Amino acid sequence: MIVPRKNLTFWERLYLPAIASGFKVTARHFRNTVFKGNTVANDLSGGFYPEKKWVVAEGYRGAPYLVKDPEGNTKCVSCQLCEFVCPPKAIKITPPGPAGTADRPNAEKMPKEFEINMLRCIFCGYCQEVCPEEAIFLQKDYSLNAESRQELIYNKEKLLELGGVHQDKIWKWKHKAEEAKEQTTFPVAK
Amino acid sequence: MFQTIFNTISSWSPLTQFTFWSAIKVFGVFGVAMTIVAYAVLAERKISAFIQDRVGPNRVSLPLIGSIPFLGPLLTRWGIWQPLADGVKSFIKEDFTPSYVRKAYYWLAPAITFVPALVVIAVIPFGSYIGNQKMVIADLDVGILYSFGIISLGVYGIVLAGYASNSKYPFLGGIRSSAQLISYEIAMGMSVVPIFLVTQQLNLSAIVEYQAQYGWFALPFCARELTPLSFMIWPFALISFFIFLVSGFAETNRLPFDLPESETELVAGYNTEYSSIKFALFFMGEYANIIAGAGMMVTLFLGGWSVPGLSDAAIAKTHIAVGVAHILIFLFKVFFLIAIVIWVRWMFPRFRYDQLMDLGWRRFIPVALANILIVAVIVWAVTTFSNETKPALAHSAYQVNK
Amino acid sequence: MSTQATTEQKPAPPPIEKIKIKVDGRDIEVPKAMPDWQGKLQPTTMLQACQIAGIDVPHYCYHPKLPIAGNCRMCLVEFGTPAMGPDRKPVLNPDGTSKILRSVLPYEPSTPRGAIACATPISPGMEIYPNSPATKVMREAVLESLLINHPLDCPICDQAGECKLQEYSVDYGKAGSRFIEPKVHKPKAVDLGPRIVLDDERCILCTRCIRFTKDVVGDDKLGVVNRGSYNSIAAYPGTTFDNNYTLNTVDICPVGALTSKDFRFKMRVWFLKETKSLCTSCGTGCNTIVGSREEVMYRYEPRENDAVNSTWMCDSGRLNYKWVNREDRLSKVQGSKLKVQSQEKAWSVAIRDISEILRKAAAGSVAFVASARQTNEELYLLKKLATKSNAITDSVPRIGEGDRLLLNADRNPNSTGSRLIGISGEKMGSNLSKIAEGIRSGSIKTLIVFGEDVTKHGIGADLLAKLENLIVSDILPNATTAAAHYLLPGCAHVEKRGSFVNVKGRVQRFMQALQPKGNARAEWEFLHELVFNVTGQNGYVTIEGLFNQMSKEVPAFNGVSWAGLGDAGVTIQI
Repeated sequence: MIVPRKNLTFWERLYLPAIASGFKVTARHFRNTVFKGNTVANDLSGGFYPEKKWVVAEGYRGAPYLVKDPEGNTKCVSCQLCEFVCPPKAIKITPPGPAGTADRPNAEKMPKEFEINMLRCIFCGYCQEVCPEEAIFLQKDYSLNAESRQELIYNKEKLLELGGVHQDKIWKWKHKAEEAKEQTTFPVAK
Repeated sequence: MFQTIFNTISSWSPLTQFTFWSAIKVFGVFGVAMTIVAYAVLAERKISAFIQDRVGPNRVSLPLIGSIPFLGPLLTRWGIWQPLADGVKSFIKEDFTPSYVRKAYYWLAPAITFVPALVVIAVIPFGSYIGNQKMVIADLDVGILYSFGIISLGVYGIVLAGYASNSKYPFLGGIRSSAQLISYEIAMGMSVVPIFLVTQQLNLSAIVEYQAQYGWFALPFCARELTPLSFMIWPFALISFFIFLVSGFAETNRLPFDLPESETELVAGYNTEYSSIKFALFFMGEYANIIAGAGMMVTLFLGGWSVPGLSDAAIAKTHIAVGVAHILIFLFKVFFLIAIVIWVRWMFPRFRYDQLMDLGWRRFIPVALANILIVAVIVWAVTTFSNETKPALAHSAYQVNK
Repeated sequence: MSTQATTEQKPAPPPIEKIKIKVDGRDIEVPKAMPDWQGKLQPTTMLQACQIAGIDVPHYCYHPKLPIAGNCRMCLVEFGTPAMGPDRKPVLNPDGTSKILRSVLPYEPSTPRGAIACATPISPGMEIYPNSPATKVMREAVLESLLINHPLDCPICDQAGECKLQEYSVDYGKAGSRFIEPKVHKPKAVDLGPRIVLDDERCILCTRCIRFTKDVVGDDKLGVVNRGSYNSIAAYPGTTFDNNYTLNTVDICPVGALTSKDFRFKMRVWFLKETKSLCTSCGTGCNTIVGSREEVMYRYEPRENDAVNSTWMCDSGRLNYKWVNREDRLSKVQGSKLKVQSQEKAWSVAIRDISEILRKAAAGSVAFVASARQTNEELYLLKKLATKSNAITDSVPRIGEGDRLLLNADRNPNSTGSRLIGISGEKMGSNLSKIAEGIRSGSIKTLIVFGEDVTKHGIGADLLAKLENLIVSDILPNATTAAAHYLLPGCAHVEKRGSFVNVKGRVQRFMQALQPKGNARAEWEFLHELVFNVTGQNGYVTIEGLFNQMSKEVPAFNGVSWAGLGDAGVTIQI
């Protein structure tokens, strides 16, 4: 697509009006900040950061954490799609191997280890978008601190603890298990 | 008491005296310059913050400083100690040297960027006199040529950084920077030629004295003695000033000409691979360059230390207070220009590279050349057809000193 | 001899009559008959014709190396045949072209009728419409029916990423499901055999596995049991699916119904880097693909090569890779006579010392035991060293039990290469006793061992102790490496490039999938340095150059070049 360029008028080409209006805008903000105390921080949270923490809006993309279903089971099934889609390669999943090790019925698989390197994470939300199990969500934490790089590599336990419980409406695996159980009596006789 | 000290000093041999005064001036200027660099960074952060509806650094303070009566509460505000914290931080941060860099050049580059900016300050007259001492470190007769020579050395640091980093973004940044600096060096050099045609001097102190006498080039009213010549060349002096100012932005890699480190394209340009104090040296080099550039502009166009009513260097020789006032006036003008440089950053978007080159080569250089020609004709006409002799310097004492 | 290096040794087939058909509106000529899964000529099918025309027809049950079943219906295409008049002559359109009758339902002429492309032979003048709207509707319908009871298991299914059902659902399927009833649930994670897990829910009943094990392996173990929606695959009662080729059914299973126990939940397939390689477990030299990620090898898969292994490989060979990932792999240059500790300098010091030993060695005082698991290039360089010191050389034979399909009795991957290059004699292993005798009598003072544990092959620890110099290169620790004076860590075949000659004389090359472990180096690299130091002959520092040099100097390889090997290899006269 070619966007036709507007032919500039003489005044526009001279650049001076642009300078003047640029100065006007910057001066207005300067004045309002210095003399009226209008700052973004005041507008949003009525104060400055450490004392008045910014309350993030709904849908804010903070740190990604793993969630549990309402029965307290891990939702992640180690499909590794988030690991694949993660642009900065912040996620590292260790698959369970042949044993599977799931802590709930019917889902045969869950990760042996799930690590997110929060130093690498760019909070893009791809992992949440790609997750077929609704097991990972970008939550509202935006201030992650640690005293070493190692500390900011969150493991499965920590991610699950921080992620909390997701009020799942679908109950995919549970429903499937119930459905299968209903069918066991018919028609394959034991 | 001062008198006895002065007497003692005057009893030394001229060489010892020269060395002594030079040392004092070097340390004094260096200390003040570094302080300005540090606080220019703070000023930049504060002004930027205000323009963006933020408040900028406002929390750093030293322990117990708040308990000083009256002054204490003030000293804990406005981030006054931020430069100190920044300095400490850049020293104790991890100094990471990537494995693929060319080590010797990699170490050399920050120093090469930083040093020329400081060396340029040596020829800038930052005041008139204190006692018998001229307030300039090196009173060179070829001052302006020297400063242009030194400033162009700064580009080597940047090019070297780009080359030594051995990775693509710094390399592109280095290439851009060298092309940009060379282009604008020419325009900048030619823009000041009219001033030398008028003053017939290359010595920066002499240029300041000329302006104190016949009016600042950028503002001819500020004069002890108004002459028609000053007003005849005023428009052309303003063109010169404008070209010099814009080239100054380009030379110091400031927005809207910060293509060598344009974050959106080149990560951070030539200093991408640098960290810790090496990065800080680049950073400080940039501000030192701004200060040197502002000093040059004040000297060449804004009458240096002079101000109407207080523009006689001779008084300063006898009154130390006037000498000090001259230094403060000079500093005030420099601060004013620094503030403009900082402010401009938020008024313009970055130029495209072809626009940058176009502006340098196809606008400024022809205009500067025409400017030289017209001013030359005016000076020739004035000296030939007027009754006055050619503009003379107010202070023949200056010539006597030589 | 050199002129006989060809890719195939079959005589040129007799010319086959070609017939003209139209595929997707394009005129093409296809042979009237084409080889079927056994290589016998059979009438060309519509699917083959489409493949010749470069158009993919989706299919599940059809597999080029299996008999045709035609039960999945995925390859349904709309087609047309020239209309015939009552006089049995083609009816012509006004413009002179022959009139085409599209296939329709006989009782409902407005509805197109498809035919399964995999089993319908072509006829002259036929037109195939693999992309027509009717064909698309047929595919959608077939996929919809296949997906009725297919579980949404993709996140936990090992097949995800290489699953035909996924791929075709994306390419040809409907976007949404209209099915609201509960799905039929069948047993999951059924233990079908020692290496196979069956998930009955996922099965689409294409019967590829049944046909494979019955017709290719000849072990008729699998079948379909139960009726209707409850159809499921099972091994015959009281038996288990345990022949040596079971894992091939995992490869040919188009969905995730049959999965490998070994690979189960180890890694998602889309992460695996695929490298063309060879199986090293026997003399057949099956072509393989190595799946690896971040320097860990996860699996072997067979790679199609009709001259060697068709598209199959045996389970024993496929699972024989775990030593590559072993923790105790040799990764340091060491040995009792090595004087430096720093691994950075170890290679240069060791190479210098060994060169010195070999240069000074009296003729006949050196012996080489080079494994027939080493590549041709390495054996060739070793042979050069041996010739210089007039050394006695041999390899260690490995004989197991072969079968009629792929597994060869010779369990060395490169016995033929070792023989052709002259490391071992016509009867491999005959020199081992002479070497043992030479050490015992003291005439052999230096023994160079590559890739073998000689203590298990007649040269015991007591004999090794008598040697002045024992130079060993290996990849895993054993009794010989423990006794070595100089131990040079080598590379597994997946960590280097090289070539093998299989028992039938096929020269095949393999590529590097992983980086060498630790300080290990590919054997041919340091052997090249040794040869230069000892003989003064310079050589090539690339595997290409080295192979081409070898093919000039070793008569059996004359006329073969590294580039000419290609992916499938070249058969030479042996």
